[in-house]
Amino acid sequence: MAGRSPLHRLPAGVKLAALMAISIALYPVDQPLWLLPVLLLTIAGYATLGPGGLQRLTLVKPVLPFLLLILVFQTWTQGWAAGLVMLQRILVMVLLANLVTLTTSMDAMMAAVMPLLRPLRWVGVAPHRIAFAVALLVRFVPVLMALTASLLEAWRARGGGRRQWRLAVPLLINAIRLSDHVAEALAARGGIPNDSTH
Amino acid sequence: MKEHALKEQGLVQIALYAALIAALGLIPPVPFLSGIPITAQSLGVMLAGVMLGPLRGFLAVVLLLFVVALGAPLLAGGRGGLAVFVGPTAGFAIGWAFAALATGWVTQQLQRLNLAVAAGIGAFVGGILVLYVFGILGFMLITDNGLLRSTQIMMVYIPGDLVKVVITGLVAQAVYKGLPGAVATRVV
Repeated sequence: MAGRSPLHRLPAGVKLAALMAISIALYPVDQPLWLLPVLLLTIAGYATLGPGGLQRLTLVKPVLPFLLLILVFQTWTQGWAAGLVMLQRILVMVLLANLVTLTTSMDAMMAAVMPLLRPLRWVGVAPHRIAFAVALLVRFVPVLMALTASLLEAWRARGGGRRQWRLAVPLLINAIRLSDHVAEALAARGGIPNDSTH
Repeated sequence: MKEHALKEQGLVQIALYAALIAALGLIPPVPFLSGIPITAQSLGVMLAGVMLGPLRGFLAVVLLLFVVALGAPLLAGGRGGLAVFVGPTAGFAIGWAFAALATGWVTQQLQRLNLAVAAGIGAFVGGILVLYVFGILGFMLITDNGLLRSTQIMMVYIPGDLVKVVITGLVAQAVYKGLPGAVATRVV
């Protein structure tokens, strides 16, 4: 989500460190009432994103059925207080993590974690190779998704059926060929650019 | 020079399988017995282990998780971002990397068996035994449930994953017939 809210302007490293600190700080809390203000503050954080900010709370929807299941289970075995603590803590963490992701671009996030990857050089992984692998992945995803979608479409046109997993075979064979072509092209151009600035 | 080209090929393969796992998230989940949908993504994880071998399979999943953490919505259902690593199923996400590692290693050890069987056993060890150890530990840590109860809750996913174990073996065998060189866990 692009924007110019105060949270957007906060450096990515600060947001990541805060997220980590909060997750550690919340772990020992066992009173449901203490977590309620934290949850409300988190929701207030979404409100600062500007118009449409609060709508982003719905990002948490996929986890909800699972959370309710755990709540019922926890309340049944350890009482409602333990259930509420768990529910609020997970909600806060998932909401905060989404908030960081929403307000930080992938490039900013990458720039923030790159210094942490520098020690990997000692085991023979140069940071510019990691950056190149990320760029390749980001480039491959739409290609393979288009391939998957067209295979699915052809499958349905032929009458479909339940054994969709069979599509994995042509998908894999096409993907391996693609990978070989890219590797050849890369070698022909003298390998991965050794330039770590981007 | 030749060694150099091989190293680059490895990096391309790692990125490609990471993208493949993401693309498999597009195949609509099949609602299974317990009503819990199974996605094809963990199939991709097991296949990465079989096709790339333990180390590169592991790195492919690590790369995917890294990009997901950076904010790309590449997991099934468009999930992504840091939330994946703080939610109740975070253990499974991290466990994927070790599942690919174990799948590749076990498959590599079973050269004498038919590839479908070897990959199936590998996928069982990696995609079920190893994956669930991580998944259940993560669930225990995040929800404060005991071992027994966490295991009970997670059991509902196992039938779906058993199906994927069988499919991994069949897919690996089919690809091996067409492109024998593409299966790193087989000594040709």
